[in-house]
Order: sequence, then structure tokens, then C-alpha cells
Amino acid sequence: MAIQLNLSDIGTRESRLGSITGYAGDLRDLAQRSACGTLRGCSRCFSQSSTCLSACALSQLSGIRDVAVVHHGPAGCATTGTQSYRVTKQVAKKRGIVNHTVYIGTDMNEEDTIFGAGEKLADIVRTTYRRYHPKAIFVASSCASGVIGEDIDSIVEDLREEIPVPLAAVHCEGFKSRIWATGFDISDHAVLTSIVQPPKKRRNTINFKNFYESARPEIIRIFAEFGVEPVFLYANATVEELSHLSEARATVSICGTLGNYLGTALEQEYGVPYVRTINPLGVTGFETWLRAIGKAIGEEEKVEAYIQRERKKYLPKIEAVKKDLKGLRCVIGMGPGYTFEVSRVLQELGMEVAWGAAWHYDKQYDNGKVPPSMDYLLKHGQNFKASVADQQNFEILNILNREQPDLYLSRHPGSTVWAIKQGFPALFVADEYMIFGYKGTLDFAYEVLNAIRNRSFEKNLAAHVKLPYTKWWYDQQVDTFLEKPTGKPASAQQSAEA
Amino acid sequence: MAKILDKLRYKCAMSAMSTVQAIEGAIPILHSGPGCAQKLSNSAGNSGHYSPNIFPCTSINERDVVFGGEKKLRSTIAHSLKVLDAELFIVLTGCTAEIVGDTVAEVVEEFKDAEKPVLFASTPGFKGNTYRGHEWVIDAIVDQYLEPVPEAEKDPLLVNVWADVPYQDEFWAGNYRELERLLRAIGLKPNVIFGIHRGVKNIKKIPRAGFNLLISPWVGLENVQRMQKKFGTPFLHWPTLPIGAFETSKFLRAVAAFTGIDQAAVERYIEEREAEYYAYIERFADIFLETRAMSRRFSVVADAQYALAITKFLVNDMGRLPARQYIIDDTPKEYQDTIRGYFKDLNYQIEADVAFTVDGYKIHEDIKNTDYHGYPLILGSYWEKELAQETDAHFVNVSWPVNERLVINGYYAGYAGGLRLLEDIYSVVRTRFN
Repeated sequence: MAIQLNLSDIGTRESRLGSITGYAGDLRDLAQRSACGTLRGCSRCFSQSSTCLSACALSQLSGIRDVAVVHHGPAGCATTGTQSYRVTKQVAKKRGIVNHTVYIGTDMNEEDTIFGAGEKLADIVRTTYRRYHPKAIFVASSCASGVIGEDIDSIVEDLREEIPVPLAAVHCEGFKSRIWATGFDISDHAVLTSIVQPPKKRRNTINFKNFYESARPEIIRIFAEFGVEPVFLYANATVEELSHLSEARATVSICGTLGNYLGTALEQEYGVPYVRTINPLGVTGFETWLRAIGKAIGEEEKVEAYIQRERKKYLPKIEAVKKDLKGLRCVIGMGPGYTFEVSRVLQELGMEVAWGAAWHYDKQYDNGKVPPSMDYLLKHGQNFKASVADQQNFEILNILNREQPDLYLSRHPGSTVWAIKQGFPALFVADEYMIFGYKGTLDFAYEVLNAIRNRSFEKNLAAHVKLPYTKWWYDQQVDTFLEKPTGKPASAQQSAEA
Repeated sequence: MAKILDKLRYKCAMSAMSTVQAIEGAIPILHSGPGCAQKLSNSAGNSGHYSPNIFPCTSINERDVVFGGEKKLRSTIAHSLKVLDAELFIVLTGCTAEIVGDTVAEVVEEFKDAEKPVLFASTPGFKGNTYRGHEWVIDAIVDQYLEPVPEAEKDPLLVNVWADVPYQDEFWAGNYRELERLLRAIGLKPNVIFGIHRGVKNIKKIPRAGFNLLISPWVGLENVQRMQKKFGTPFLHWPTLPIGAFETSKFLRAVAAFTGIDQAAVERYIEEREAEYYAYIERFADIFLETRAMSRRFSVVADAQYALAITKFLVNDMGRLPARQYIIDDTPKEYQDTIRGYFKDLNYQIEADVAFTVDGYKIHEDIKNTDYHGYPLILGSYWEKELAQETDAHFVNVSWPVNERLVINGYYAGYAGGLRLLEDIYSVVRTRFN
């Protein structure tokens, strides 16, 4: 279904894309069931904490330069602001700029849940504007303000008459979706509906969706060779830059999960091509991505020249380190973008994927097609054990215990640490550019090597740690708590058999 | 009523999950949205035995909002008991479960004969902040888990110690250990439920204590009153977390007087520790005095606990002068006058002006408009870092949120804690010549 920018709220990934957070099996089976529509009943009768979509939505928006987020909810919801304040200050400092974005809470209390706090919210938005003169204001809901039906759309609509900057209502109740990536879509939707303007002229820019710009200087250098200029989104982007997104020559993203909504919408509404390839991780990913960009902007020759030159520099070095990585067995736990991207890179480097766990799975993207990273693996005949879980740690530890891998790789805070507690080396692939391009791939290969060379830290720690799970759990199947299409949990079936 | 939280200084009641996390062997079960734990766990020290992503959670969704989440809660509790190796489970409720009216107490009641105890504390974010949520967890333990013991089974020297709110105060682990050491040194048997090797076994000792010692201006007062009612345990309410020699000695004398332990032994201990403390102060007094880059005036932006503790230390021990102090924990109105009084009880009839506010913008404007007659010293949260740059202040991050520094088991309590705070302050001061 097409993206609808005339609506204030958007559907969740579950409803729009048929995305799921529960599955255990293998890659081919996952793909087949997705295609034939039998992938249902994916909730669990036991689960552990994961992540709130509002944290994803609002940390994206509060990365934008000199804006305000007003989060209408109890104090705890606004905790995202303390985290994003630090990150924002640090990444801005690195770039040599100052980012004055503020993140305001409304401290809703019990009385507000009964009588509503709409007027108070409007006052807080006014005060925020008066104090900081932000370039845009995002007024966000929470579980509490959402459940009581606080009408943030009308409040924002009324405030538009008195506040002369873009205002957006951001619908991000945490209970809406178990897929926190829905939050990325929500932030894109807010930017698209409140800031992005129809094109007046074409610019020589490429919209570059990423998280924190760590490879900014390198990408500027690369793109300069092709005669285009990247505009990085959203961290440190200005409202002025965002207003011109429709005038770019193309949109690319470092992560399909992150960039899909914005890219698709800009293509659909304004004809800005969205480069949908596998991601620029590993050699194949980088080259495929660069060539598609070359095609989108009509600079294939320059791209090819760059590729040939850089290949000579890096491929021999990558080949040299590969022999030390050969045959290493890995378990991956990441978002679906990175899980299937990093699996490809690991195999490219001669390693084996023992199990790929994705925090959710999008059966399709907003263009109705299977995500390119998955498509690539299937077309190249890959298969490995796979599961889908919204970072359900108990399942990951069960998997690690079964697979006894040489290495666990994860991208989300609070996951790798549990692998090392079980004694497995682990690599925190946190930065989105950690495997970017030839140099990133080479660095990554050495990081893997370093992680398995000295296992002292995890061995020392594991010897002194008592794990939080019972022996009973380690003896169960990974999918024990997944509800099957019949509605009966597997554990109930098991105990009936016993 | 809703109010502007400009520069967040506390979280919501649901962050009581951190209080549970600080009790070894106990784990919270969250009847909430999927991401509350992840959001509320942004203090350092979160990969312990049970970390926030280990906490069982019903991950309430839209269907539960419409049809209620009791079934899911029941199933989550039942499976938690099988999957997790824990001694005590405490169900905490978030906003959605409470607004839609799930009958959580009744569901929890169904587990009263479970192999492990399952308790319940109502902690929706809209009901209160971090400090209140902390109190409600202690209340739940007192009400639902503990029974009074006969007088004969009580130990007059056993003292339950309640001070910092774990994780909200990032020095909690070290502070509690130092308070234990001090009390043990004067002949008492401190009983703390937070931190390594304390936990559930110490919870069981609570009713046997001779008294409760509350070291906090207001947080925990209702808890010790409740324990007095239920177990007949008297309490000593000492509002000041003692930092440095002056306050620590005063604290030890007060505890000794309350318990009737051997005063002479306490005096001997004080003499020994003060001698050591002032030997260090003497060695470094030149650093403290002979700097071109600091005025004697300071402000603390922190909860009542730290605002009071640091003010007392800097005034009574170090001879500094307080500018306005800012208390940001949303102190309930009924305690505010008493707390103002504590700030008037300083050496040489010095009084500190106190502002109770949660609006960081106003605090910053006020500090910018204050003449410190030289470089100010600001001890506050990470938000004050930028303010310090604007006002040429020396800045130490002591209150939540704490970023860009790491506290493992560091502490400011006691004699050694005072020296540690001086190390932190002067490590900043010494980055400037003038």
C-alpha cells in the first residue's frame, strides 16, 4: 500500500508490511512462509523487555539540529532525551558544530490521566518555543497520553496559528508495535509531513540516511569523486536541509530498516530515486551499492574508476586476513537489516553463520518487495538456522548454548555482554559504518580476529558469573514460548506430550 | 498536574525496577510496554546478574489495551518462575496496565503458593517519580513479604540502613558499603538489602533489627514509619548523608547516642579516623587554599539527599559559602519546610537559600544571574556541564543523569568519601591556572 502523507498517524510495520517478531527455523523456510502467508501467530506467552518505538522515533528527531521535542507523558518516557542530549552534544562537537536541540517532558500525573492535560501541553509547547526558538517542534504522545485519548493532532493544529515554525504531532505510543523500527518510520513521517517541501529545483545532493555520521568525511570524499554532495540524516541535519530533501538526486541509506520509509516516500511523492540494494557492508555490498548510486545519478564511469582503484589498494589485504578467519562459526543477533547483511559479509570473509537471529523480520518493504539483503542470500543459495525475536535474551543464550559458536556478533546494547558471560567471544558491531566499504571490511576482519585471539576477558568473567536462567530453560527448544497458529504455546504441547 | 520538565532530573515510578535490580536475588516482572525497562535503565551498571533486558515483561500491545492484559500477565509470571533462577519476583505495573484497569493484585494473588515469592507494587509512571517508586517497592516488601517477630528474637545491635536510591544515585553501591563499614566500626551490625552479597537474605533480617536508620532528608521516611507500625522497630531519621570528617563524626555520635552503645569506643574510633583524615587534608590544604581559579561560593543542583549532603560538607568541613542550592527531586510539599530548615543549620549561623524546582531552564537562568564573585563551583547533573561552560564554573557531575564519568564502587559517604569528593572537585579546578 502506498505511503499516505495526508494522514497524521501511520500503520505499524506489523500492519503495513506484515512484519513479525517471532519465528524459529531457517532462512529458506522463513522466506517460503513469508511468501505464502503462513507466517502467523508469532507472539510469545513469555517474553522479556525489549525496546520502545518512541525511543527510536524521538532519538531520531532529537538528533536534528536546533529543534524541540515535547514528549507528552510521565517523566520516564522523556528519559530518551537525557540519552540523546549526550549523544547529540558529542557528535556535534566531533563535527565542530553546536546543536541546540531540546527535549522536554510534561510529567503527566494521575490527575492528567483522568482529566487530560491538553491545555497544559499547549502551554508547555508555547513556553518551549519562547525559551529556545527551535526551528521545528515535534509534539509526541506516549502510552499514557495515547490511552486516555489526548488529541495531540488538534492541539498541534491550533498551535500552528501562533507558532511560526513547522510543528508535527508524533504518534508514538509504546504499545502500538513490538517492532521498535516502526519508530523510524514514525520519525520519517513527521519530517515528511511537517518539514519537507515540494521541489523547486534539483540539487546536486544525495540524501544519506544514517545514524551518527561517523564516516562523514570519508563519504563526502567518495561522493565528491562522483560530483555529488551527501546530506546526512538526521543527526545534526538542519531543518533547512530537511526542507529540501525532495530536491535531491537520490536517497540512500546505510540500513534498509532505517531508510526504507523515507526513501520510498520521497520516491513516491517527488520522484527522488531510492537506491534499494544490499547495504555497503563488505566488498560485494559496497560495490553493488556504489554501482546503483552511479546508475541513479548517471555517473557509472566515475564509480567504476573509483572501484577499480580502491580494489587494488584493499583486496589483497582483505584476502590476506581471510585465511585466519576461515571456518569460524558465528551467531548473529541484530536488527533484520544488519543480520542478513552481516551474514553475507561473514560468509564473504570465509566464516560460517551458525545462526542468524533478527530482532524482527519485514516480509516486504514499503515498495512491496522482499528486503534486498534477504533476497540476495536466497538468490545465492544460502541457508542457515534463523530466528526472529525482539531481542529476547533468553532465546539468544539458549541458541549460544546449543551452537557453541566461536563468536557472537550483535549491534544492540546489552546483548553481547550476555554472550561473554556464557564464555563466548563477542563483537559489538555498534557503529553503522563498522563494516562500511573496503577499509571498513578490512578493519572489521581484524576486529573479529582480535576478538577471538585474546579470550581472557570472557573466560575470566564467565568463570565468576552465575547465569540468570534455570537449567530447565537451557534444556528447552528455542521456540518453546512461541505461540503456534493454533494459539497453543509449544510448551503446553510439550508438557502434554510428556 | 502536568508541568514542564526542561532538563529531566528524575524518571517515573516504574524506575522502581532499578531498586529491585539492586536487591540480589530479586527480579522485577514488568506489566508494561516493551520498552520501559530499556528507557529507564540509563544509569551505568546494567549488565549485572539481572539486567533490564532480562526482566520479564508482558510487552502490552493494542489488543491488551482493549481486552486487558491479565492473561498475558498470568502467563508471564508462570513462565518467569520456570525460566529465571531468582529468589524473589516483584511485579511492577506501568501506565497502560493501570489505566485500562487490569486487576493485577488479583492475578499476583494466584501465585501466593508458588515455589518462590511473588509480590506486587503499583508503579505507573503517572503516579509518581523515581523516588516514590523506590519507596513503593520497599513498602511492598514490608507489607507482603515480611512478618513481625517476637521481641525476644530482635537484636538491638542489628540496624537496617536506608540511604541512597540505587541507580538514581550512581554512588549508591559504594556509599552503602562505606556506611556499613562505619557502623560496624562502632559496634553495630548494619543490615543493607542493596548491593553485592546482601539481597534477599538481608531482607529476611529486617523485622529482627533493633532499629531502622534512615539517612535521607525525605525519601524513605514513610517506609521506616511503616516498619515501626508493623514490626515495632524504632527509627533514627538522620537527614544528612555524611560526607567528610565534620559531618561523619557528628553522624556517628548521633547514632551512638540513639542506640546507647559504648560512647567512649565511638570517640576513640572518631579520633582515629579524624587524625587520618586531617593528615591528608593537611598535606593537600595548599591545593585547596592556594588556587587562583576558584571562588568560595558554590551551588549544588541535585536531589535533596545530595544538595544537603554536599552543602553541609563544603560549608562545615571546607569553609565554603553556599549560593542558592537547587533541589530537583520534586520533593513533596509537606517536607519542604523541614528541609529548608536543615539548610539553615550550618556553622557560623550560615544559611543556604534553597529552591525547589524541576524546571532546569529556570535553574540555569538563576545561576547565570548569580554573582559568585569569582569562578563558581557547580555540582550537578550532566545538564549543568553546558551551563558551567557558559558561566566559567568548575563542574562536577554528581547527580543524575551522570555522563562522561564512570562510577563503579566510588563513594562520597564518610571520611574517605569526603576526600574522594575533593579529588573530583580539584581534578577539575587544577585544569585551570587562572
